[in-house]
Parts: sequence; structure tokens; C-alpha cells
Amino acid sequence: MNNRFDVIVIGGSAGSLLVLTEILDALPHQLAPPVVIVLHRLRNVQSEMGRLLSSRRKIVEPEDKEPVREHCIYLAPQNYHLMVEAERTFMLDYSELVNYSRPSIDVTFSSIAEVYGARTLGILLSGANKDGAEGLCQIMAAGGTGLVQDPRTASFDAMPQAAIDMCPGVLPMGVEDIKKFIIGET
Amino acid sequence: MKEDISNADFLDIINIVRLQYGYDFTGYAQASIKRRLLRFMGHMRLSSVFDLKHRLVNDQEFFSRLVQYITVNVTEMFRDPQFYRTLREQVLPKLAAYPNIKIWHAGCSTGEEVFSMAILLQEAGLLSRTKIYATDLNPVNLEKAVTGILPLDNMKDFTQNYIQSGGLGDFSNYYTARYDNVLIKKELREHIVFFQHNLVTDKVFNEFQLICCRNVFIYFNRELQNAVLQLFYDSLSPRGYLAMGIKETMRFADIHRKFEVVHAQHKIYRRKE
Repeated sequence: MNNRFDVIVIGGSAGSLLVLTEILDALPHQLAPPVVIVLHRLRNVQSEMGRLLSSRRKIVEPEDKEPVREHCIYLAPQNYHLMVEAERTFMLDYSELVNYSRPSIDVTFSSIAEVYGARTLGILLSGANKDGAEGLCQIMAAGGTGLVQDPRTASFDAMPQAAIDMCPGVLPMGVEDIKKFIIGET
Repeated sequence: MKEDISNADFLDIINIVRLQYGYDFTGYAQASIKRRLLRFMGHMRLSSVFDLKHRLVNDQEFFSRLVQYITVNVTEMFRDPQFYRTLREQVLPKLAAYPNIKIWHAGCSTGEEVFSMAILLQEAGLLSRTKIYATDLNPVNLEKAVTGILPLDNMKDFTQNYIQSGGLGDFSNYYTARYDNVLIKKELREHIVFFQHNLVTDKVFNEFQLICCRNVFIYFNRELQNAVLQLFYDSLSPRGYLAMGIKETMRFADIHRKFEVVHAQHKIYRRKE
């Protein structure tokens, strides 16, 4: 079982879908910490994103006040920011776009950093803007661990590069190493 | 990184606002309101929570700006178009049985969803015998809503939403565009009355066949959610409808037993007996 982390939070934007699918497919079923995914998505169209991401694992779009459970994979719903409250329940927020995005990766990362602190693993994947970089810094400032997809392997390098520039100590990794890192923790 | 707000400071701020200005945010979900307080401090260039408290105690105008900033005023016309389609297909035909229809939009912000409702009613031939009571706690929102003026920029998205909601008309017939704004047609607006109502402190004021309260519950903690659900139960006529946001749920509240589910995914409920 994973001893170092109580939550794994993954952010991605343009070019992150295939990478994310690969990571999700590699997750062992016995992985305990909840996995929270934030993707930049279109806002008012019907979407089957949960099913697209993994045929193997059930992916849940949490409802407001739902408890954050172990062994579950969550996806931030369209057109809401996703946050976690101190009592480890989800909270949805329909406020202004942050970094032109709702859901914003920064909002989720920063809220999870506050609640889970050092027991957070944050991972930022390919993307064309800098959403998530500041949130990843906050995870690391709270004592948590931050990984980014190696910009050289990312379809869009702006997002992981922003995190590298902004947060000292962040670990750039190829997709295989990200998978190994998570699996190595189990 | 921005300064954090400790729990003690947070409670202090909430208490000042409640005791001095009569707005009760005690039952609000903390994660969101703390984040907005921090943003407000950044926006006002306040360097410490102490400065925030100091200004709050001494400056009424500062308080008004704080309320405007920390309450969420984001809205769209036909947000979640599929929800509006369900309303159109499953709820409005039932409302048609009433000679006079009363609808309450609680937490209406600047009115976009209220105007959407008026359009649905118009297309269902029900608007002429409907009165919509649209309320919000924030007077600045209501002042905007009353004007019926919206920025033109958003109309492209709203038109898409309208079409997806099953709208069959020409959306541009519902407003007049001038320069950078549009004015929602008067014949839609004259069935709407906007006024201030605070779900935390104010009570039942009428009886409704439909209450729409979408994306307001998310800002409340569970206790406050329960209290507001009770207020809505008491404000609904028997068999009256309640519509919540599509990610909001009443399953954590005991009172859900007094409602039946009309549409689980779009969060439309109906008061039993």
C-alpha cells in the first residue's frame, strides 16, 4: 500500500489525454489513495470524458459534498472548479474562470495542498498554458511532492515548463517514469 | 505565495460581517469563501488579515465591496442546456395545468437564468399567466438584473446553449443589440420581479409551483443546505417542483424523503403531497 501519499492529483490540458489514459491504465487496483484528475474541457457540451479516459477503471465525476474515498478515481466535472474541504469532502465552485479555465488546475491543486499537505502527490502533464504551475508550487510548499511530464516528451510543453520555472525541486519525468513512480509507491 | 487565513481569523471575519452588517456567512462552505477572501485581499492590495479586519470594522463601503467580491456572481443563459431541455419537456407541461403559475428563482445573480426561464415559458405559451420571483442576496446583482442589459460578447455562447436546450425560435428575437450590449425584450422581463432575499436569514414569502435554485447549495455547508431545503419545502405547493444544479444533491439531507426524484441526472425533484 502507498505509505507516503493520501491523495494523487493530476492536471492536464492540450495533449494530455493519451498520457493520462496510459497512466490510469497502469494504476494497480490496490492503489489506496484517491486519484483526482483535472482536465481542461469544453463547458456546455455533453461529454463522455470519464469513459474515454479508461475502459478499465470507473471514473467518477463527484457531486457536491461527496466524501473523497480511497481506491476511487475522480474527474473534475465540466464548468465547475473542484475543491476539497477540510473534512475531506468535495466542494464544487462555479466562480470566475482561473487561467481562462473552469475547472482550473490551480484551484484544485491549491485546495488539496491545504487539506492533505505533505501527503499530496501532484502531477502536471502536457498543456498549452500555465494553469497548474502555481498550484503545484503550493503542493510542494506544503511539503508534498510535485512531478511534471518532461517538457521534451509533452505534446505541449508550456504547462510543465511553467511548473519547472516556477517551483524549485519539481521532478520532470517521462511517462514511463511517472507510472513507475506511482506504482513504486504501492 | 499569498498569506493564509487561519481558522480563528476566518471566524473573526465572519463574525464582524454578521454582527456589524447582518450578513450571515457562518454556514458557508469554507474552502471557497477562504479562497475568495484571499483573492479579495490581493485585489485590494491588503498585506495582512489584520488590515482586512481593520478596514471591515471601520468602512461600510469596504464591506459592500467585500460582499460583491466574495459572493459568486457568475451565471450564464441556459447553463447546462440539457437541464433546460428536461424542464421544457417534463416540467412545463405539468405547470400548464395551473391557472396561475408562480416560480421562484433563488440566488438569481444578474438574471441570466431567469431570462432563460422566461424564454422557455414564452415558447410553451405559459408566460402570460406566470409570475417569476427572482431573488439574490447581493443588491448590486439585482440592480444589474433589473436593467435587462447583458454584454453582447456572451450572446454567441448563449445562442449555442439555447439551441442545445431545444430552442426552436430565433434566439436574437429575444433581445435588441446596441453597441456592446443587448437588452432583453421587455415582454419577457415584465413577468419577472427582482428583489433582495437572503436564504440564510429570510423566510417563506409565497407559495410556488417551481423553485429554481441552481449552483447556490454548493456554497453552503450541510447544515445550511438542510435549512434551505426546509425553506424550499415550506415554500412549495404540494407536488411543486424543485430544480437544483446538476452537481448538487439532496441525498445527504434527511429531508430528501419528502421529495420524489423527477430527473436524477438533472436534479429535478418534486415535493410529495
